[in-house]
Amino acid sequence: MIQGVGITHVLIVSTLMFFIGIYGFLTRKNLITILIAIELILNSVAINFIVINKYLFPEKINGQIFSLFIIAVAAAEVAIAIAVVIDFYRINKSIDVEHGETMKY
Amino acid sequence: MGAQIMFYILAIIILVFSFLAVTSSKVMRATMYLLFTLIATGGLYFLIDYNFMASVQLIVYAGGIVALIIFAVMLTEKIEAKIALPDKTKMIFAGLLSIVGSIVTIYILLSHPFKESSNDIGQTVSVIGENLLNYGEGGFVLPFELVSILLLASLIAAIVIAKRKFDN
Repeated sequence: MIQGVGITHVLIVSTLMFFIGIYGFLTRKNLITILIAIELILNSVAINFIVINKYLFPEKINGQIFSLFIIAVAAAEVAIAIAVVIDFYRINKSIDVEHGETMKY
Repeated sequence: MGAQIMFYILAIIILVFSFLAVTSSKVMRATMYLLFTLIATGGLYFLIDYNFMASVQLIVYAGGIVALIIFAVMLTEKIEAKIALPDKTKMIFAGLLSIVGSIVTIYILLSHPFKESSNDIGQTVSVIGENLLNYGEGGFVLPFELVSILLLASLIAAIVIAKRKFDN
């Protein structure tokens, strides 16, 4: 653990990061910036897993493994999302969500 | 004391740059702010002595995901193009929701008694590797295999989606 820093301080940082991500997810219209907000949310969840693992159960390893899985899922999600964004741009000539009323062929 | 100061510096970097990442009006800059946030998170992992997680964070998140997002930005938009700001009412409601949500969560965090463990043992990388491939009790081989299948499926799906041909 970090000398002199309690677990609540770290959890407050990750909480604020999570809600900043929620704010961005709700206000942004551009697909890539929505993706950035989702990355912030996933990253704050990974911080939570790591910090709770380190402070409360340092002899266990589950938190680290789960944040490894979160990182892997985030990587897969970004790969798919960027393929979708490029396809969306080819169809609509824009990546704003409001131009995408139809997602069909 | 040094670790304490370092933690607060990293916390300020994380919060300021994540806020800039969701409010910046240029997509490329937002991506760069996301990169700084992810690197500061990696620094946080180094600070609590999880070196393997920190290096995974730096390689996969800061290296891979940000590079992918930068490619998407360069393939779709002009780099200097400004994106439209959201409407005022939307900003106000989303801001209110975020503020109320974070106040509730922080109140719960502050009122919950965490039992911090006193022993400070470090975990080596080999323990993580053995647990990932352990099929006995408490092992993680099933989610490990699931993640490998998920990565393969997403690789194929990304190629299929991005290479689609249009007749018109």
